[in-house]
Amino acid sequence: MSARIPSTGRRPPSVLGKRSRDLLVFLRDHTIVALVLLLCIFVFGIELIRPGTVTPTWLSNSLQFAAPLGILAAGQTLVMLTGGIDLSVASVATGAAYLLTTNVSLGGFAAVLIALAFGVIVGALNGIGVALLQVQPLVMTLGTGLMSGGVMIVYSQKMLASQARVPGFIQALGSGKLWGVAPLDLFLWVPLAALLIFGLSRTGFGRLLYAIGDNRLACHLTGIRVWRILLVNYILCSVVAAVGGLVLVGSTNAADLGLADVYLLPSVAAVIIGGTSIFGGRGGYGGSIVGAVILTVLTSLLTLLDVPEPIKQILYGAIILVLAAAYARLTG
Amino acid sequence: MTEAATLLEIKNVAKRFGSVKALRSAELRVRAGEIHALMGANGAGKSTLVKIITGVFPCDAGSIVLAGVARNFRSPAEARRAGIVSVYQDPALVPDLTLSQNMRLARVPLESVTGYLAEMGIGKVDLSAYVRDLPQPILRLIDLARALASEPKVLLLDEITAALPSDMAGKVFEMMRRWRERGHAVIFISHRMAEVSAICDRTTVLRDGATVGVTETASGSQEQIVSLMLGTDIAKAAQSVAQPGVGQSIPKDEPPTLEVRGMGLRNLLHDLSFSLRPGEVLGVAALEGQGQDELFDCLAGVRRFDSGTILVEGKEVHFRHPGDAIKAGLVFVPANRLQALLQQRAIRENVALPMFRSPRSWGPLSMARERERVQSAVTRLQIDTRAEAELRRLSGGNQQKVVLARWISHGFKTLLCFDPTRGIDVGTKRQIYSLIRELAAAGSSILLFTSELPEIRLACDRAIVMFAGRIVNEMPAREADEATLLLSAHGLVPRVAAEA
Repeated sequence: MSARIPSTGRRPPSVLGKRSRDLLVFLRDHTIVALVLLLCIFVFGIELIRPGTVTPTWLSNSLQFAAPLGILAAGQTLVMLTGGIDLSVASVATGAAYLLTTNVSLGGFAAVLIALAFGVIVGALNGIGVALLQVQPLVMTLGTGLMSGGVMIVYSQKMLASQARVPGFIQALGSGKLWGVAPLDLFLWVPLAALLIFGLSRTGFGRLLYAIGDNRLACHLTGIRVWRILLVNYILCSVVAAVGGLVLVGSTNAADLGLADVYLLPSVAAVIIGGTSIFGGRGGYGGSIVGAVILTVLTSLLTLLDVPEPIKQILYGAIILVLAAAYARLTG
Repeated sequence: MTEAATLLEIKNVAKRFGSVKALRSAELRVRAGEIHALMGANGAGKSTLVKIITGVFPCDAGSIVLAGVARNFRSPAEARRAGIVSVYQDPALVPDLTLSQNMRLARVPLESVTGYLAEMGIGKVDLSAYVRDLPQPILRLIDLARALASEPKVLLLDEITAALPSDMAGKVFEMMRRWRERGHAVIFISHRMAEVSAICDRTTVLRDGATVGVTETASGSQEQIVSLMLGTDIAKAAQSVAQPGVGQSIPKDEPPTLEVRGMGLRNLLHDLSFSLRPGEVLGVAALEGQGQDELFDCLAGVRRFDSGTILVEGKEVHFRHPGDAIKAGLVFVPANRLQALLQQRAIRENVALPMFRSPRSWGPLSMARERERVQSAVTRLQIDTRAEAELRRLSGGNQQKVVLARWISHGFKTLLCFDPTRGIDVGTKRQIYSLIRELAAAGSSILLFTSELPEIRLACDRAIVMFAGRIVNEMPAREADEATLLLSAHGLVPRVAAEA
């Protein structure tokens, strides 16, 4: 008679043995360990397919290539931790790079400031829309991303493109190496990462980002002015994206209006692979770094294998889905 | 089978959800041509019974006999075809469709709906209007008209008059009487005793999932219904409660920690005035939806009110944000723990959350100081910290303690506690109440709403009773026995509260 009563209790005990369950618990609490293992498997795979590829130079190059993506993913992590998303990071990076190269005549320092100011403006727009006008982050940032792309096209038509030039120090930052081994962009990325990881776990602001992502209503009821934090956070994200654009233009040595477009979805993918929940409240930048490096290494692995572009995309998509499913099982 | 026409007969119906017995042995006999009231305290099993009758879910045991035929409805649609239709407190209409689209969706003839609307005096309502643009009371009448349009033999009205203005409630009663005249049956569920005795022919009372009595509704039956709802044993058991009585020792000339003067909010709150002294626990008793939610929201700065003032220690305050209320010393423990807690974060982060209200606290934090502050509150409340890394792995009682620990470590003058023991085991309940007494003894003021009336005597010094957005009774806790509270909460004031 009572056979069809739906159970509200926990899932039935797993068929796994105790040891493998302990392993699962460990991986759930330390997802970054699992990610680093995955990364090692990829690197090992490369070495297996083409022995002699994995050298200190190859490692150094991979990290150098990963830096722009890793920096874009930094801003994206901040926003996604609050349950949002920023689809304007690529446009901001492109715009910042373009403004830098076309304003070099004002001096390198001034050009960098103009580029960063562009990030502040777009970020403030995003923040006002999301935090004060309650626009969906996806819609708001898609809109500002398209708008800033358009603004840049208008701007490019007014400017004489012949004056555009990447300043030497940016070029060095993006493609130079100290003593031929240590990529210079790591000297920007590593401190930025350290600051972010510290900020997320050891400052009130970081606490609030997690709290808002977990339960915005609870924050409101606890007396927190949620809009202030969101506004500051979107500005931070866009400024970091502008910095990413500068590093990127330093490595390509020329800014065109589609410079960072290919980085938009990877910046989201790196965060998701890194274990930050798209609903917010859980994750961190450490995972995003590994995510960015995994994506970069994966690209070079696939290029090495001469995999055609469509297959690459299928594999990217599949990896994101497999990891997302794994996270859902581990943390659900 | 006494009278000739028993239209609907419920025999020995039982239903359990997991380990909870919602219904043990519910009995209900409804005759053709009568309005039959179904009453019971919160959790007595009324809603479960309605849902079984209308086929929302099956019963575990017992039978449903409609017009002499045993039936077992597997869906509301099947019950509807058999002539049983219900109208709930929340209108079942799709907000983003127009009225006529909604009616088409429900496959009821539009003409008869408009016909019934005209009978209720709202025939001029625009059928091409979107449901989301119409006021809630009108939607309830439309929902009723839709139900009537399918010409049910048995019409179930579940709390339809709750928070309905009296003129509209009058229209609902008119339709109920007309339905009775046509030889159909109406089952009416309401907390408002006056309504029940005015229009119902008989009343069936449920208590703890079982039918405990059927009364002919006549004058004087109200007390009988209340005593049936309470049960005889409870009246005796409530004697030996430890008397708190801390509030009396506070000198009267000290300004009240919190004073509310003439608070009004649309048609939800009317001219509410009360005050709360330091060290006093003031209980609020009310049935569901009598304005207590709005009162707490206004006091916590979650919601603004239209008229009246709030005074904290004699000074007028204005709240535009919950942060303003917290700054003034009023902290809120909401009924729904999900509204207060960060389920994916650690206990420590949950407790420390209000410390980050001001941008000055956005910088680096001192982990040692935070741990110390949090730890003392966690120890004081005996929170089980075995699963401290993620709040959602804690039991409901422990989660509620985390909310209290948050405010204890932050500090407050007045604690606004809305049903803090909802769905919590008895042991934790006792801990929470003794904690409330401790806080009061230390000089804090506490405003406590509880849906479990016996708890008022356990924890409070004084009690106010709300009904339809007004305070209808006030008494010292020692006089706040369940029967008195229940009568007042139904809008029946047995004694005039002219004491204070």
